[in-house]
Amino acid sequence: MVKLIYFLSFIPFIGMLGFLPLANKVEPLVLGMPFIMFWMALWVILTSVVIGVIYKLDPRNKEVNSK
Amino acid sequence: MNAAIYIILGFLLLALYLGIQSKKGKKMDLEEWAVGGRSFGTVFVFLLMAGEAYTTFTFLGASSWAYDKGGPSLYILAYLSLYYVIMYWLYPAVWKYGKEHKLVSQSDFFSKKFNSPYLGVLASVIAVVSMIPYIVLQLKGLGLIVSVASYGAISSTLAIWIGAIVVTIYVMISGIHGSAWTAVIKDIMIFGIVLFIGIYIPIHYYGGIGDMFRTVQEAKPGFLVLPDKGLSLSWFISTVIVTVLGSFTWPHIFAASYAAKSAKTIRKNAIINPLYTLMILFIFFVGTAAILQVPNLDNPDLTLLTMSKNTFDPWFVGLIGSAGLLTALVPGSMLLINSSTSLSRNVYKVLFPKTTDKQISNLSKILIPIIALVCVYFTLNGGQGIVVLLLLAYDFIAQLLPPVVFSFMKKGIVTKYGAAAGMIVGVLLVAIINLTGTTMGSLFPFLPQVMKDLSIGMIALILNIAVMLLVSLLTKNLAASSNVKGETQST
Repeated sequence: MVKLIYFLSFIPFIGMLGFLPLANKVEPLVLGMPFIMFWMALWVILTSVVIGVIYKLDPRNKEVNSK
Repeated sequence: MNAAIYIILGFLLLALYLGIQSKKGKKMDLEEWAVGGRSFGTVFVFLLMAGEAYTTFTFLGASSWAYDKGGPSLYILAYLSLYYVIMYWLYPAVWKYGKEHKLVSQSDFFSKKFNSPYLGVLASVIAVVSMIPYIVLQLKGLGLIVSVASYGAISSTLAIWIGAIVVTIYVMISGIHGSAWTAVIKDIMIFGIVLFIGIYIPIHYYGGIGDMFRTVQEAKPGFLVLPDKGLSLSWFISTVIVTVLGSFTWPHIFAASYAAKSAKTIRKNAIINPLYTLMILFIFFVGTAAILQVPNLDNPDLTLLTMSKNTFDPWFVGLIGSAGLLTALVPGSMLLINSSTSLSRNVYKVLFPKTTDKQISNLSKILIPIIALVCVYFTLNGGQGIVVLLLLAYDFIAQLLPPVVFSFMKKGIVTKYGAAAGMIVGVLLVAIINLTGTTMGSLFPFLPQVMKDLSIGMIALILNIAVMLLVSLLTKNLAASSNVKGETQST
């Protein structure tokens, strides 16, 4: 489980930075934004989601008086 | 006189009032003053951490980059949200160690973890040298914002003095509680104002956000994406990574993690905080709108304020100015607290070991107006030098990261000598390269463009780690052999 959440931590980096060569374009506009801007914004939201998932899976957060 | 001045002064007084009243009912020992007695819940920790996200740099800088540089401005959004992934893993560990050893400054961490007060002194020097230009930047921003938003009625110099005095008063009285309480109004205002102007301005001038980007794309093709050279993909990725790592060791944010009630509080914050950075999109919208509306601005930092003045009534410009003012005060106050505690606990106390805790606590407060004065001096007289220092500051502060990270690994791989050598080499490399205006490209002209655009901080960081590990390896043997001889090493 701990291995999995370490791995999950890399996903936002890979998503936001790793795909940039493909996302570095204006068209198509999504929600009015250039594609690259939309891509970044999407990954900001997914970063939050990924950290949320990590939080849920992280055994340390289940202890009542977690340290 | 116009409505804007009254609104700005009103908010300044409100900030002062909130800052002072936050002391109520608290015994202000150093732990309470500097890290809120380690009692802050999710909301206050959020406000303090968001203080890093919304400084005057974000307020003025994000719009200025969108206006002046276009696509590369997105690095701000990328680093601010990725930063919270690191925060999830590292700050709870820092918090835990801080609680166990009653740490109040970042330098405390270095002296305690490596059992070497002199390493604490070194960390303090690097920290303070980096924090002062950061405070100066906040004051410069504050002066700019208030003088423009008050339509020149309050001069920049006067605004800087007033801002510095207000922040000094409430920091001396309430410490980090003052920062947290002024952050409450700051974030409420930023949220409302940024959302509103970010949507209103594109619709007002272009008919919509999509129409705006399409118009800009036609007028300046390629401006909205990353270019092939200079601020290119490899610049983007390396800068984001260094800034993410570097932001982690900004002393005021590092020490803010001590203020949390529990490790869970910090982890919860890491979930929510990235969403809050989406607000920066709306600042980008304003900056983008300005590209065709107010071309040829002399000072791109004025993008957001100029657009606001062209679009709204003075009272609303006053509100925007007030929000900008608060974005300077909150991080400014946290920077002041950490500079003074580092100097008193980690430098003065090492030089004069007989100083009592009570004296250190008093000294920390007395140092606030002194540091504030130094910062005001540099703000008013610093000229270009301070800008150079600020460029260095981010790369400097990143050099503190390797010892922190490695110190959490099992079986102390890194010795205090290794930590010190790595940090010194990293900082010197950054300083020399920046002061001589060298880039990777001019140093190694044969390198491919991808390597040429790598950020200097990244190179320094790699060298720092290499030196740190090498010296640690060597001094470990040294320590071992001296143990054989039965010598005890003093720290």
